[in-house]
Amino acid sequence: MNESLFSLLNYGVYGTAVILMLIGLYGALIKKSLLKIVIGLSVVDSGLNLLIVALGYYKGGTAPIFSPAYLAHPQLMVDPVPQALVLTAIVIGFGVTAVALALVIRLYRHHGTLNIDQIKNLKW
Amino acid sequence: MKKLLVIVLLAVLGFYTASTFFDIGFGSPHFVKGIDPVKDIYINQTVKSLNVPNAVTSIVVNFRGFDTLGEVTVLFLAVTVLGSVLYKKRHEVGERSVLFSASSVVTSGAKLIFPAIILLGAYVFIHGHLSPGGGFQGGVIIATGFLLMLLSYESYSVSHKALSIVESLAGITFAGVGLLGLLHGGSFLHNFLPTGVMNSLFSGGIIPIIYIAVGFKVAAELTGVIYTVLNEKGEGNE
Amino acid sequence: MIYFILIAVLLVLIIAAAIYAVRQKDLLYATLATGIISLILSVLYFLLQAPDVALTEAAIGVALTTIIFVITVRNTVRMEDESDKKEKIKSAVK
Repeated sequence: MNESLFSLLNYGVYGTAVILMLIGLYGALIKKSLLKIVIGLSVVDSGLNLLIVALGYYKGGTAPIFSPAYLAHPQLMVDPVPQALVLTAIVIGFGVTAVALALVIRLYRHHGTLNIDQIKNLKW
Repeated sequence: MKKLLVIVLLAVLGFYTASTFFDIGFGSPHFVKGIDPVKDIYINQTVKSLNVPNAVTSIVVNFRGFDTLGEVTVLFLAVTVLGSVLYKKRHEVGERSVLFSASSVVTSGAKLIFPAIILLGAYVFIHGHLSPGGGFQGGVIIATGFLLMLLSYESYSVSHKALSIVESLAGITFAGVGLLGLLHGGSFLHNFLPTGVMNSLFSGGIIPIIYIAVGFKVAAELTGVIYTVLNEKGEGNE
Repeated sequence: MIYFILIAVLLVLIIAAAIYAVRQKDLLYATLATGIISLILSVLYFLLQAPDVALTEAAIGVALTTIIFVITVRNTVRMEDESDKKEKIKSAVK
């Protein structure tokens, strides 16, 4: 792969991750439906994870696994630390989404609507 | 008006985030090579002192094992909150809100494929230190197998008591191995077992034991999440 | 070259799926779009040399998150502004 294409990819991957975060935040801030807000937050989560993994990428690096072929011809590896962090973050993100959706179901059962403008009283 | 404000806010946020990351550069060597001592230490120690091929596993389970213990605790808390928020009085518990009644093709196919899914999950977390994968991935795959059975059979149910027993035993194993390391070597989760030969199944000291415990714990927790949410009786759409 | 084209196509698809997920009124389709985001993301992780993360994202993001969203949609309302319209009709009747 030649250099100019790779520098394009620089803007591409980081830009996509940032745009993904912005789209998710837009949905979470503008939309009225509670379920749409949770969807927006999960999109923010995806964008952030992509950003962190892309940060650890090294051009031409291999996956951080010491296979026998790697030990015969050592190369540079990509950074394993962001990958370990993202591994944790994905599982935690699932737990957060599950709790948020449980709260959404409970609010719907109580108020009969998902529109946050109509859920005015904070009393259960 | 509100929309305009949000767009301005997001534009400012996006500009600063993007410009920061464009300065770093995608795949640039000056950020990764040599100057970054954390990565070099982790990768060198993975080979030298642990004899484990998968560097991500060694970081998740050994170097930053305490984080993993906290993460598993967070998952446990999520299950607890889910159960208490979706609490129901006993007489209100109805039949499960299956999304549709499954045909006989789906039910026989599910019965056929269920042991294979469980086997794949077990393979992924037992070989977590040799190949990509590990406790989290294997546990999620096992939970997916239970999800398939719960969606196919209306009468299929999982015992909450068995789930909590498996989960507690796995958690005790994790904490107990960590405390044994504390007794033996002076730090929590110290690797006190012999590390063996690289690229063989019985290698890496305490790493396979902890990852198997994490696998069972995650499988039990996520099956509990799915079971709780699936038993929510559908009141909408009527 | 083929690597570059593959990544470019995936990046365009992921932004399109995100915009669809946020703008779609039918919450079931929006939910499925988030599943597609996770699917493409897992391929991207693989191309960025992170197979562990790709496996996690494929199992959690595609299977479990999507099914929990679908169950929530089933237990609440399917269309986004359905409750809004009902309220408008009620106030119009009054």
